[in-house]
Amino acid sequence: MAKVLVVTSGKGGVGKTTSTAALGAALAQMGETVVVVDFDVGLRNLDLIMGAERRVVFDLINVVQGVAKLSQALIRDKRLENLWLLPASQTRDKDALTDEGVGSIIADLRTKFDWVLCDSPAGIERGAMLAMRYADEAVIVTNPEVSSVRDSDRIIGMLDSKTVKAERGERVEKHVLITRYDQARASRGEMLSIEDILEILATPLLGIIPESQDVLRASNVGSPVTLNDAASAPARAYTDAARRLMGETVTMTVPLARKSFMNRLLGRRAA
Amino acid sequence: MNLLRLISGRTATAPVARERLQILLAHERGLRGQPELLGLLRAEILAVVSRHVVLDPEKVVVRMERGKHVSTLEVDIEVPNGFERSLAAAS
Repeated sequence: MAKVLVVTSGKGGVGKTTSTAALGAALAQMGETVVVVDFDVGLRNLDLIMGAERRVVFDLINVVQGVAKLSQALIRDKRLENLWLLPASQTRDKDALTDEGVGSIIADLRTKFDWVLCDSPAGIERGAMLAMRYADEAVIVTNPEVSSVRDSDRIIGMLDSKTVKAERGERVEKHVLITRYDQARASRGEMLSIEDILEILATPLLGIIPESQDVLRASNVGSPVTLNDAASAPARAYTDAARRLMGETVTMTVPLARKSFMNRLLGRRAA
Repeated sequence: MNLLRLISGRTATAPVARERLQILLAHERGLRGQPELLGLLRAEILAVVSRHVVLDPEKVVVRMERGKHVSTLEVDIEVPNGFERSLAAAS
């Protein structure tokens, strides 16, 4: 049965799009049929992170408004044949999205894919609401930093009240994904620890993505970090998280980047 | 780790972040459900009192004050003069 998963956070810049691309690609690598849907109308970026920016012809709004068929708007990934992208519109207003329109597209996608990953825009406005509206599960991307944790708490409240599932008296299954985590700083007491964040948010943990330069490297070349360098620390962490989404039990570790001897000697962070 | 902190001369800031968040979120989570709760209370109080006294619905004010240790619920109902007479007539 298809699963609709929203990747959300409230706060901007915490890694929603990076995480959507990385988890989508990891699930596809495991053999699942996956579509990643960009809900950030007007500020789309998932196409860029996926490396498909020059292949966008039709978008989500075109499909909502009946200008294009869903099959015309879906872009197949060049690396993985079971990974697809539904881009957002770059020119339209976010008000062009309607609850009914999104509902019917999601229902359609459910019949074609194992996973529908919705990349939410930042904020708590209409776009973010519609991205989570039809979700079965939610990944709340959180940085170990006060404003991100606060906004995650707010989004958790919305997931429990504004989604179709919540309105039916059911629950959206929620997971916290901690990104940009720096183990060394956390153990020095300079950064909120995993335990602190989980205790405050009272939501189960999906994974811990270490702060890493591999993420920027992957986005530079338009490849999900899990595909760009599968052996890198963030890629391993995202792959573990994807396996947990599939129901596997995977021991929670913070994958460490491989440090060169000189860097280790000088106490530098890994490149 | 304490040794590291001594050498660097920096104090751990994460516990401060944690405490600030816990206080703030306790407050914000309280506010979240509040408008609905107060609206409901107001409607039900109005219904009960209106069964006995003719009221101007706008003169029913329900307010919640959240304190550190105790919270108070304030219900302010303005009744028209001579409402005792209408009570007597009704019974």
